[in-house]
Formats: sequence, C-alpha cells, structure tokens
Amino acid sequence: MTLVSEVSSGKHESVDPVMSIRGINKGFGAVQALTDISLDIYPGEVVALVGDNGAGKSTLVKILAGVHPQDSGTITFHDKLVSIPTPAASRALGIATVFQDLALCDNLDVVSNLFLGREIGTIALNEVEMESRSWELLRQLSAKIPSVRIPVASLSGGQRQTVAIARSLIGEPSIVILDEPTAALGVAQTAEVLNLIERLRERGHGVLLISHNLADVQAVADRVVVLRLGRNNGEFRVADVSYEDIIAAITGATDNVVTRREAAVRAQTEEKNK
Amino acid sequence: MTQTPTVPMDSPPAPSDLQDERLIRPTGARDTFTAQIKRIRTGDLGSLPVIVGLVIIFVIFQILNNAFLGPQNLSDLLVGATSIGVTAIGIVLVLLLGQIDLSVGSMAGLSSAIFGVLLTQAHWPEWVIVVVALAAGALVGLLYGFLFVRFGVPSFVITLAGLLALLGAQLALLGASGTINIPFTTGLVAFSLLDYVPSWLAYVLAVIAAGGYLWSSLSRSRKRTKAGLSSPGPTGTLVKAAILLVALGAIIAYLNTGGNTAGVGDSFVMFVILIVIMNYVLTRTRWGRSVYAVGGNVEAARRAGIKVNRVYIVVFVLTSTFAALGGLLYAGHLGSAGLDSGSGDYNLDAIAAAVIGGTSLFGGRGSAWSALLGILVIWSISNGLSLLSLDSSVRFMITGGVLLLAVIVDSLSRRSRAAAGRA
Repeated sequence: MTLVSEVSSGKHESVDPVMSIRGINKGFGAVQALTDISLDIYPGEVVALVGDNGAGKSTLVKILAGVHPQDSGTITFHDKLVSIPTPAASRALGIATVFQDLALCDNLDVVSNLFLGREIGTIALNEVEMESRSWELLRQLSAKIPSVRIPVASLSGGQRQTVAIARSLIGEPSIVILDEPTAALGVAQTAEVLNLIERLRERGHGVLLISHNLADVQAVADRVVVLRLGRNNGEFRVADVSYEDIIAAITGATDNVVTRREAAVRAQTEEKNK
Repeated sequence: MTQTPTVPMDSPPAPSDLQDERLIRPTGARDTFTAQIKRIRTGDLGSLPVIVGLVIIFVIFQILNNAFLGPQNLSDLLVGATSIGVTAIGIVLVLLLGQIDLSVGSMAGLSSAIFGVLLTQAHWPEWVIVVVALAAGALVGLLYGFLFVRFGVPSFVITLAGLLALLGAQLALLGASGTINIPFTTGLVAFSLLDYVPSWLAYVLAVIAAGGYLWSSLSRSRKRTKAGLSSPGPTGTLVKAAILLVALGAIIAYLNTGGNTAGVGDSFVMFVILIVIMNYVLTRTRWGRSVYAVGGNVEAARRAGIKVNRVYIVVFVLTSTFAALGGLLYAGHLGSAGLDSGSGDYNLDAIAAAVIGGTSLFGGRGSAWSALLGILVIWSISNGLSLLSLDSSVRFMITGGVLLLAVIVDSLSRRSRAAAGRA
C-alpha cells in the first residue's frame, strides 16, 4: 500500500488531474443534494467516493455522466472548462460510466454488447474485427469469459460486471466511473472485479469507484473522498487512514454504535493477545 | 494447468476464441451431431418445431386428399401465402422491438381500396398507384411512431385505434360501390396471381442462392482464420450449400411439372427476396443490431447512444409499408378490392405467422425467416382445409389452436433456455 501511495503522490506533483470539479451545487426542489463539492481525479489513480445513503454520491455520478446538469460549479477536463449536458457529451469527453444495473442487452452476445452503439464496419458489421478486438480487450483485463458468442444472459454476475466494465473501455476513456461494482457479487467474483480495477489503473485510466464496502475501498483505492449530506467531508490517502477515520467521516462522528462496537471488539482482541 | 499436455508443444496456438479450457469443443462429426441434439434439448429450438409441424401438416393433408401435394396445389399455396407473408415480415420487425401492430389488416385493406379506386375510377398509371399506396402505408406508420415516441402510448392501443380508423377510411374510399373488380389484364394481377417465373430463371436464382451462401460462408471463415479465430471447416459449408442447391432445384423441378399454370410465382420470389434482404439488414447491419438491442433492453440501448426513438419510428413505418404492400398483393391475388379485404383473419394470420415462425412476443428474439415458415404453416392449414371443403369455422378454430401451440412452445423453450443458461 505504501508503495502505491508514494507512486501516486509522486504523480500528483508532476501530473495535472484529468478532471477536477469545483464548487458543484445541485438541488432537487426543496432538497439541496450537493453543496460546493470539489474533487480531482488523476490518471492511473483509483479514487473511492464513499458516503451514506443520501450523501449525494449518485447525484454526483449522474452529473458527470450527463444524466442531469449541475446548477452551478465548474468541471475542468484536461485543463479545459466543459459542460456535460447529455450522456453522449459525457462519453465524447472520455468519461465512461458503468451504472449499477450494468445496462446490458441480455439477448445479445458478448461481442454485440461490447460494441453496442459503436459497431465497427461501414454498411455491413465487421464481426471478425469486433470479435478479435473483444478477445484482445478481455485478455488485457484477464477476464474469465469462456466464449464471446454466448448471450450475456447466460453469464454469471461477475462476468456480466466484467463485460460492462470492458464495454466502458472500448472508447479508450480517460475516466471510468464504477457505481457499486461489487454490490451484488460473491467473494470470488468481488475479487475478480477488484483485480479488474487494478488493471484499469495499470492501463492509466482514472477510476472513480463508488462503494459502500470499505474493505473493497481499502483494497484497491489510492484516495478516499467522503461525502456527507451533500458536502465534502474529508479526503484521505488510503495508505495513511484507518477504517475508523473513514467511518467517522461518513457518519459525521467517531462516537456511534458502529465505532463503539468496533472499538470494543478491538479492545477485547488486544486483551486476548496480551 | 500442469496436467493438460493434450496440446503438443510444437502445435500452432489455438484460435484466440477457443483458448478457455472450460469450453466444450466438438471435434469430429459425431461430436457435432451430439452437440446439436444437446442444443435442441436445452431449448435452443431454432426453426425445428416449425419444420416438424409443417411436415406433419403436409402428411396429414396428403393422406386426406392426394391433390394437396400436387404441383398445381403447391404452386397456388405458395402464391396465396405471399400477401399475408409480406405483411408478416413487418410484424416480425415490430415484434422484435417488443411492440405490436394490430392494424396491419386494415392497412392492407386500405391500400387495396386505394389501388382499386385509383385504377378503375381515376385511371392513374399502375406504378403511380403502387407508390401512392406504399406512401400511404409509410405515412400511417410515421404517425404511429410519432404517437408512440411522443406520448408513450402503448403500441397496441395506438394500432387498435388505427385498426378502426383505417377500416373507416377503407369504407369511405370504396363508398357505395362496395367491391371493385380489378381487371385481369392489370399488371398487379399478373404479378400476384397469374405469372410464374420462367423455369430457367428459377434455376438461375437457385444457383445464385446456393452460390451466395457458399461464398459468404467461405469468405467469412477465411477472414476469421486470418484474424486468428476459429472457423468451421469448408466441408460442412460445401455439404450445406449442395443440399440447399439440390433441395431448391428439386422443388422448382417438381412445381414445373404442373405445366403452364404451375411453378414458382413472381410474387413468391419477391417475398423470398424481401426476406433475404430483411434478414441481412437485421443480422449484419448496425441498424439491425440496434433493433435487437432495443427489443432486449431499451434503457441499455439508449445509454449505448442508440437513437431509440428513431428505431421505433422506422420500424413502425416499415411495418405499415409492408402491410400496404401485402394489401396490394392481396387485391391482385383476389382480382378485387372489397369491403372485406384485409378484414377478419388477415390481421391474426399475419401476427400468428410471425409467432409460429419463432419470433418471440417478448421482443429481441426472432428472424425474418420466421415470416416465411409461419405463413407456410398457416396457409397450408387454410389451403388443406379448403381442399377438404371444410367450413371456415373449422379453419378459424384450427388456426387458433396452432397459434396457441406455437406460443406455448415459445414460452416453454424460453424457460428451458433460462435453465440451461442460454436465455
């Protein structure tokens, strides 16, 4: 972990962020969902966005994905001020979003899903080219998919997640946003997806990972950005932050049921160890 | 991993799509055969149930009346199936989106009325009338598509309203005259009833079909091999192309033994060509892919950047246009355009044909060929029963039963596909 931390902190001094957002506000009727949110994402870095339900994570993701625009605030992409009015604009900038529901077409095979909306070929589709590029991509991600010519419906949850993530990489995006990629997955499949996120970092993509699972966050993220009630509530380097600090930032207090029990358990085990 | 030395070290690397060790790979003819059986048992039925059903129907009717499989009757059967079959192509398209068009019968009726009135009362040239009728179909489809994407009204309600409105338009157009007879000297009647393709041309078309199949398969496997992907050997392709050629040739030769009033009808050839074109468009083009995607998961298609509304509108336009074309052929086949053209069972037959042929009612699954297979089933039943001079009451009941059976097969195979991981 320390190594990763040094590498990425080294990067921060020399490399500009791919995307930085400043002072984002967004309201829905009487509710102020986001207030003055700021966030930077660097290339080859995994940023975890954490927060309780209703903290504004999904709203922020939807703004970046072009689902709805922000009320005020700026988004800078590769040092250029941009606006993201539509999902197509978001993709054109190089932001690929993998939503929680994956948005795959169950009746189509893996190749068709990977290239959906950006098929190769002029009049007739170039299936051969698409299939070999699919294999190339899946191999790069060390994905375990036996055949790309089977309908997506017959794949497991982890494989479907893999297909969804691989699809986001087709346009070589600068930033990949993953919304709860491990939420519905078993142990082995979670590990598979976390490996995949490592691969994304190795490939130099900036990754924004939304997750409730702090174990996953600590396993792959370089930085953790905490939202609470629509505001920035702390930013940590994973290498030098404890689980409790993150919990505290998420909930707004160190002293609550979760941390108290955590502390009690820890105290007990330490006593036993003595 | 260390225990899999089945591949000698110096052999060429496996094709890049067959490297996963979990893949079950058929090697040799026997394995290929058992793989086929397994595929069918796990619910990937393809067009097998329809073909089996068709054979059963043929056998039963041949036993009941030995004129059924005669070259004359088969020629009539193929030509008669064409008008509703063309309409069924449109139904396949709209079903692929998971939508429905209930007004194809009325649209067909309206277009035959347009033809009758403009020909006999306005004396317009025939080709202009055909264009006008097809344009009317396209316009109606455009309206449906607009209503659907703009207001989000379910398509079956829109087209149910359309069924009545178009029927009204048909009645208004025909007016007091009721039924208009179309003279047999009209080109449309010749095309959709009287004329058969010259036998040499029929054979040439058969050769083109088999050759086209052979060429496209071989060039695809050559490209796949070049790209390092697996490809089926040329033997299987050659055998299939030979079977196709012999089968088509045998059918043509048999139909031609019926003399001057038998053979392959002009309109039937057009029907098959339309299917080949639509099949190509659906399976090999970007637009076709987007139709399947919208039928499978609209939201996913939208997020993938597909212009979903445009797909809906184009499909509704195509469906109504195919229905208008079907109506023209229907009028030509009957030699008249009447109040009952396109009414009654026209609608149901077209929809039933698509479903019986294997296009799923649930969207995203099916093929243009199901229009041909389905209409052959429906029209064989209808033709066979009328040979036995049975009442249309029996015909309705039997067609209803067959439709029900087809839908049950569709649902059952869906279930076993899901169980076998083919979904």
